Amino acid sequence: MTTTQETISAEIAALHEKAAAEREGALEPDPEPTRLDFAPYRSSLLRHPTKALQQADPESMERLAPVFGQQDVGPLESDLTIQHRGEPIGERTVVTGRVLDGAGRPVAGQLVEIWQANAAGRYIHQRDQHPAPLDPNFTGTGRCLTATDGTYRFTTIKPGPYPWLNHLNAWRPAHIHFSVFGTDFTQRLVTQMYFPGDPLFPFDPIYQAIPDPTARDRLIAGYDHNVTRPEVSTGYRWDIVLGGARATWLESEDAQ
Amino acid sequence: MTRERAATPGQTVGPFFGYALPYPGGELLVPKHHPNAVRLHGFVLDGDFEPVPDALLEIWQADADGRPVQRPGSLSRDGYTFTGWGRTGTDSVGHYSFTTLEPARADEAPPFIALTVFARGLMHRLFTRIYLPDSPSLSTDPFLQSVDADRRSTLIAARDDVASLRFDVHLQGTQETVFLSFSSAVVNLQQ
Repeated sequence: MTTTQETISAEIAALHEKAAAEREGALEPDPEPTRLDFAPYRSSLLRHPTKALQQADPESMERLAPVFGQQDVGPLESDLTIQHRGEPIGERTVVTGRVLDGAGRPVAGQLVEIWQANAAGRYIHQRDQHPAPLDPNFTGTGRCLTATDGTYRFTTIKPGPYPWLNHLNAWRPAHIHFSVFGTDFTQRLVTQMYFPGDPLFPFDPIYQAIPDPTARDRLIAGYDHNVTRPEVSTGYRWDIVLGGARATWLESEDAQ
Repeated sequence: MTRERAATPGQTVGPFFGYALPYPGGELLVPKHHPNAVRLHGFVLDGDFEPVPDALLEIWQADADGRPVQRPGSLSRDGYTFTGWGRTGTDSVGHYSFTTLEPARADEAPPFIALTVFARGLMHRLFTRIYLPDSPSLSTDPFLQSVDADRRSTLIAARDDVASLRFDVHLQGTQETVFLSFSSAVVNLQQ
C-alpha cells in the first residue's frame, strides 16, 4: 500500500519534536541544520551515512576553491528566457541577491548555477515523466559569476510545483536549485530556493528535512517590488550565506 | 568584524541535475593522452551495496608538483591548463571516472584529492578525501591516525595499475566511507 500524506506528516512532526528538544539543550545552533537521516524523504533511507562525520581541519588546498572566469561563463547565461527562439510561457521573474560568507563579506567572482522546472512544473530531464507540457522555449538552466559585491542575478520563469513518487499525493513546492562555490572548498553548497507563502511547505519532506524553522526560513526568497520591473517581470531577493570552516576561522580572527 | 551570519542550509541535488550540472569535459582535468594522465574511478553505492546512478562527484586537488591551483577554465577546458577541479555524474551502473594527474605534496603530509558527493536521496553534500596509495606518510599522518583503524582504508584509493586508481564511495553500510566535517575546525590564520 502506498504511504499516505498523513503518515509522512506524522513522521515529520515526530522528528521535528525530537529535534526541538535537542535544540533546547544545545549551547549553539547547529552549523549544519539539514538532516542527512530523514526517513520521511524515502530516497534518503539507504543513502545517508550512519556513522558520525569525521572532524577534520582543512588542509591548505581545502582552504582554496576552484576559480572561474569569463571564459567559463558567458554574460547571457544568466537569462533563462532568451535561450530559444520564442518567449517561454509563465511568469517572468528576476531572482537576485548576494553570496556572502559568515561575516557578511561578499563572495566575488564565484560561480552560481541554477536549474529548475518550467512554469507547468516539468523538467526537461528525460527522467521527469510528469505529464505536464514541456516548453520548447525554456530549458531551465542558467549560470553566472557573482559581482564584486557578491551579487548574482537571474532572469527566469517562475517554476511550477510538481508531483513526485515519495508517497501518495506528494508534491514539491515550487523551487529553484542553486549550486554555489565559496572562496574555500569547505563552503561548497547545493540547495533549493523557495517562493514565499507556498501552501505545499508543510507537506514536503525535503523542505522539512531542516527541523529548525528559522533555518528552514532561510531558503525562502522575499518578494521585492524594487526588483520588479514595470511591464516586464516580477522580482525576488534571496541572499546566500556560506558556512563551512570559514565561519569558525573568523571567530579565531576576531579573538586576536 | 561584522556579526556572524547563519549559513544557508543545504538541500538535496535531487534527481534532475543531469541536464544542468555535468558538462562536456568536466571529468577531464587533463586530456586522456597526457603522458602522466591517471584514471580515478569507482562506484557509488548505497547501504544495500546497490549502485547509485544519480550521484554527482566533484574533485579538487593540487597539481603534479603539489601546488594548489588558482586558474579559471574548468567549464571550458583548453586542453592545456590544469585547473585542479572536475565534475562528473555516475552512469547507469553507478560508475564514475575522472582523468587527472596524481597530486604531489611538497611537505610531509600525504597527498590527497578532495571529493564532494551529491546524489538524489542525499540531503546535503558530503566531503571526503581520496589519499593516494603507497605514500610513506599515510601511517604517520595525524588526521588519518584520528580515524578508526578499521575504517581508515575507506579513505585510500587502490591502484589498479600504474595509470589507474580505484576509489569506491559507500554512502552507508559496513564499508561506509569516512565523510568529513569541517564545521568546528579551528584554524589559526596568523600561522
